[in-house]
Amino acid sequence: MNFPNDLKYTKTHEWVKFEDEKTAYVGISDYAQDALGDLVFVNLPEEGDEVVSGEAFADVESVKAVSDVNSPVTGTVAEVNEELADEPQKMNEEPYAAWFVKVTGISGCDELMDAAAYEEYVKTCE
Amino acid sequence: MNGYIPNTSDEQREMLRQSGFSSFDDLYRDVPESVRLKGLLDLPEAMSELEVRRELERLASENTVYKHIFRGAGAYRHYIPAIVDEVTGKEEFRTAYTPYQAEISQGVLQSIFEYQTDICELTGLEAANASVYDGACAAAEACEMCRDRKRSRVLVSSAVDPKIISVVRTYSFGRDTEVTLIPEKDGATDLEALKEALSEDVACVLMQQPNFYGSIEDMQAACTLAHEAGAKFVASVNPVSLAVLQSPGEYGADVAVGDGQPLGIPLSWGGPYVGFMAASEKMMRKLPGRIVGQTKDCDGRRAFVLTLQAREQHIRREKASSNICSNEALCAMRTAVYLAAMGPEGLRQAALQSSSKAHYLQEQLEAAGFKKAFEGREFFHEFVTESDRSAELLAALKSDGILGGLPLDERRILWCATEMNTRDEIEKVAAIAKEVSRS
Amino acid sequence: MKLIFERSREGRGTAYLPACDVPEKLPACPLREKAPRLAEVPETEVDRHYSELASQTHGVNKGFYPLGSCTMKYNPAINEYAASLPGFTDIHPLQDEDTVKGAAELAERLEKYLAEITGMDAVTLQPAAGAHGEFTGLLLIKAYHRSCGNTQRRKIIVPDSAHGTNPASAAMAGFEVVSIASDEHGCVDLDALRAAVGEDTAGLMLTNPNTVGLFDPNILEITSIVHEAGGLCYYDGANLNAVMGIVRPGDMGFDVVHVNLHKTFSTPHGGGGPGSGPVGCRQFLARFLPHTGSAESIGDVRSFMGNFLVAVKAFTYILSIGAEGVPLAASNAVLNANYMRVKLADIYPMAYDTVCMHEFVMSLEKLHHEYGVSALDVAKAMLDHGIHPPTMYFPLIVHEALMVEPTETETKETLDEAVEILRGIYDAAVSDPASMHEMPLNTSVRRLDEVGAARNPVVRYQF
Repeated sequence: MNFPNDLKYTKTHEWVKFEDEKTAYVGISDYAQDALGDLVFVNLPEEGDEVVSGEAFADVESVKAVSDVNSPVTGTVAEVNEELADEPQKMNEEPYAAWFVKVTGISGCDELMDAAAYEEYVKTCE
Repeated sequence: MNGYIPNTSDEQREMLRQSGFSSFDDLYRDVPESVRLKGLLDLPEAMSELEVRRELERLASENTVYKHIFRGAGAYRHYIPAIVDEVTGKEEFRTAYTPYQAEISQGVLQSIFEYQTDICELTGLEAANASVYDGACAAAEACEMCRDRKRSRVLVSSAVDPKIISVVRTYSFGRDTEVTLIPEKDGATDLEALKEALSEDVACVLMQQPNFYGSIEDMQAACTLAHEAGAKFVASVNPVSLAVLQSPGEYGADVAVGDGQPLGIPLSWGGPYVGFMAASEKMMRKLPGRIVGQTKDCDGRRAFVLTLQAREQHIRREKASSNICSNEALCAMRTAVYLAAMGPEGLRQAALQSSSKAHYLQEQLEAAGFKKAFEGREFFHEFVTESDRSAELLAALKSDGILGGLPLDERRILWCATEMNTRDEIEKVAAIAKEVSRS
Repeated sequence: MKLIFERSREGRGTAYLPACDVPEKLPACPLREKAPRLAEVPETEVDRHYSELASQTHGVNKGFYPLGSCTMKYNPAINEYAASLPGFTDIHPLQDEDTVKGAAELAERLEKYLAEITGMDAVTLQPAAGAHGEFTGLLLIKAYHRSCGNTQRRKIIVPDSAHGTNPASAAMAGFEVVSIASDEHGCVDLDALRAAVGEDTAGLMLTNPNTVGLFDPNILEITSIVHEAGGLCYYDGANLNAVMGIVRPGDMGFDVVHVNLHKTFSTPHGGGGPGSGPVGCRQFLARFLPHTGSAESIGDVRSFMGNFLVAVKAFTYILSIGAEGVPLAASNAVLNANYMRVKLADIYPMAYDTVCMHEFVMSLEKLHHEYGVSALDVAKAMLDHGIHPPTMYFPLIVHEALMVEPTETETKETLDEAVEILRGIYDAAVSDPASMHEMPLNTSVRRLDEVGAARNPVVRYQF
């Protein structure tokens, strides 16, 4: 399992990559995609939607389940990765490239872990 | 009669013993004594099959089966080839549950896939679901599909079948959303009024083609108005008419719905019928209920399976867009068998003859003094007449064993003709009408 | 096998209609430019096509179908005969009342019988399926609270073991769903319920027997807790087959009920419908029922009176089995389930090892953990034996669940045979676990790529 160092992680297994203090990309972690199994679809928000840290902003579907994806940050959706709708397998194959949304105007965030702390945390989840 | 229970009393006792129970009562030990029924329910005593048959035959015989029907208004008598009953009566189809176990349900799954294809072809849209309860429910579900956080109001033309409007209203009562009626003008939707009513909170416009009065609407213009205002356009359509009329896909509808009853389903006092729903590819995932998709099995064979299930209630629970699970699968199969038997040319004939006979009937009635309402409006196989002798005419027809059109009020009658009505029959109606006018 | 469209050849077909005997006329309006690509096949091909499809379909009249929570009992032939009488099939829904007296009598009597069986005062036949009935019943509750000015009652309590339609229906009716955890016996946790009810409670939705197949012994206390808080109690009749004629939802304290004619009352399920989901209610709710034309009615939930021909079949069934047959059917359904349960419990651990009602839930968690053989694997293995598998992975609160509902219409030999097959599958799972992932071997198709189907949906034939 892979935990890139340049990302921060949440306890609900999302990753966040800050471009600067106010701007970040958000996706789900390798652990999350593995636990969820083959993903077949993602329901994404629209550009301009507000997201709130700790609250669901998207959901991902496998064949027999649906799971909420929480936002690690509070801000505004500036961009949505439409590619995921056509190629949902990217979430499984390259979870850290398969960003869901780009959030701007970030005004707050959850308690985030660095890669090492998240790796330790994941061990407790199994 | 033993309640279709095969095991004898002795066998039942033996099974109780082997399962560790002393009696049937023992099985119900968790049921509070205070509410256990002490005697039998107030129901009739069991009857032999011969007695049941006699009783049902008696009840059936107390209904008038009209040979000559000129009434539609949402339920249409068309010819049903004998093969339709033959095929859909097969017990494998009839007595299967929803095809959860795809490996032993390919027959049902493939039949639904073929039905979905038929509905896409008729409507000119890209995706269809496995059916909903009826055409009115399909319209209500379609309105739900179009709603989102920003747009929740639905505009419904007053020229839509009042039964459909009633169901759309009931569903909206559930979701606490608003329905606004667009007035009609001369038997069709007032497009000026529609234009004015469109605003940023409108999710969709629902119109019917042909509308409740049988009139042809300018769907293209209405659809354009809706889209210009950022709203979706939902078309409720008669599937037989789609053999000849412009399809919803051709005029740009986002969702097309209707009742499949005219395609091989008997009148049956109102049900079961089948609601069909088709949508643009973009809206496919918003379709409610079951959808069958094509895939492969592990040996590479083509196979069919219920797909996109994560939209549905058993997975999404309170977040599902609809609660529907059982739909009208066997009725959907009836329409698919009907369409396969009739073929494109047969369906076109049914449509052409329905329209032709309705026009002939209209001319004949006009000549007999029953003037067409909404002059100048084009119609398909239903139209409205106006006369102060309407009630007399319907009564005279009834006494001659003819089910006339549906009275809309004291003066107006909504007529319908299909390929089932012969020229002689139509001329007989006209002759009676003439007499009523004269007297 | 071929799709009907792949059997199509241009110009083929069967003519069923005579030539048009009036001048041809279409409306002067935009006509379609492209004809629908319907199949062009002669009747022989249609017949053979569907015969082949039928051979790839399993129905309860063909073989055992112990699909939990679906009550797949035998569908008697006389029901079909009755529903095919032209006096029922060929009447228009908008005919004058004096021309449909027989149909009206049948509907009225069926309503009365269902009211008697459920202990309710009034019944509507309009809802077309169980979920449709739930929606209807919840709208009655909504209309009632509104009429009392209690618009703050916006919450419906649903146990976590409930069928997905319950929360989905509640949401459709505009309610907020409050899920409460079940206790260790799979029943309603009374403390959790007491904590959940309040001023904002609109009602509670419950099946009893519940979805794990147990009769909740605290049922009277449950309904009184809800009533005392000012809420109403909704009975999901999915499992009525276990208790009809034994105890009535009305007597248990329920205010609204739906029944599934296609489960409890032997009407066939048609591969996914038509069903019928009549709703019964107590007198104080009757004024809100659909399709009455009354000012307080919730309106219509569909066109016309309901799935009438399905009602004809259910009516026929009730006449056939009569007052005595109703509790007999229930108690034999319960007996058959317990008989199978006891004969399987030593190898397939029961989720709740106690007397069950008409169905029982096995948990294959241990088998899965120790041998890697899942509930899905066991279900798929059953397919090779001509038995429809039990319901898988439901209820959600039981891991690796298989839910078995044999119904009362099966012989002891059929149950014995199914037990033997399940025991054989267990032995195979333990001795050769890897082989279990390959099952089924002998069905018309084998395990499907469901992920591929969902990722790249193909939902219509590509011409």
